[in-house]
Amino acid sequence: MKRLLVLVVSTLLLSTAFAIDQGEKFDDPEMQARYEKLISEVRCLQCQNQSIKDSNVTLAADLRREIARMIEEGQSDEQIAEFLVVRYGEFALYRPRTTGKTLVLWLAPFLLVLFGGFALVRVVKHRMSLPIGDESSEEG
Amino acid sequence: MNRFAWPLVAVCVLLAFLALGLRHGDPRALPSPFIGKPAPQFELPTLKNPEVNIGSKTLAGDYALVNVWATWCVMCRAEHPFLLELAANKAIPIYGINWRDSRREAIRWLDDLGDPYLASAYDEDGRVGIDWGVYGAPETFLVDPEGTVIYKHLGPLDPTIWQREFVPRMTGGGQ
Repeated sequence: MKRLLVLVVSTLLLSTAFAIDQGEKFDDPEMQARYEKLISEVRCLQCQNQSIKDSNVTLAADLRREIARMIEEGQSDEQIAEFLVVRYGEFALYRPRTTGKTLVLWLAPFLLVLFGGFALVRVVKHRMSLPIGDESSEEG
Repeated sequence: MNRFAWPLVAVCVLLAFLALGLRHGDPRALPSPFIGKPAPQFELPTLKNPEVNIGSKTLAGDYALVNVWATWCVMCRAEHPFLLELAANKAIPIYGINWRDSRREAIRWLDDLGDPYLASAYDEDGRVGIDWGVYGAPETFLVDPEGTVIYKHLGPLDPTIWQREFVPRMTGGGQ
């Protein structure tokens, strides 16, 4: 029984996920929170489809270091986003900023829902005007 | 009109976009935000001699290639013979940025494989790499005599890409 317990516990220990960037970077919890949020919203371009928070390739580590430095220097989130966009383009941000170029990204979902709603209303109205049980008149 | 006509049109439009997307080539390649803009300023020690610096001023005055490389980069080895060929033909001055590498290993690489670069900058902590928006070596920038970036290629350079993308962009001088 004891052996089994040891076995189970050591197996569980093996499955521990180790965070890539261990430990707090800042003493100030507010700065730490900003840092965590920023690095989870920046795409790692070396390993696309991961954020730089989730990746441990060199570029992600370099960018985390730069972002920590800029927070320390007192730069705003907008300034840091600008720093990244100038170098890597809008693609580097997981949450694209609302600008002329990205407006279509932000509006498209609403336009599509609107369009779908109109289509739905039209279809339903059309069907309601049909006599019950008469589906064949639809096929024109 | 057939009631399937509109959905059919919509699907065809979607398919056309998907087909265009597939023809795009390397899906990892992004348009560089630097095209048409001045090359980022930099100043770094050279790989072979830490006492000597190389920087934006070194590039000025002629078309130049800035090639980002590292010994850990597999595709850099693949493109290396072509860079040597360009250097041998004096096609264009080639400068290197040795990115996130070990100085000793990088110098040995050049000794073993040949050195196509007029000089390589040694970017140990990757800070200049970030300023140049580098995200995957090898990357090759074409800079014009005024110091403007006019093209960037992601991935290994080869004669086809050179002829198709680089040569036509160099009008007057360079050759």
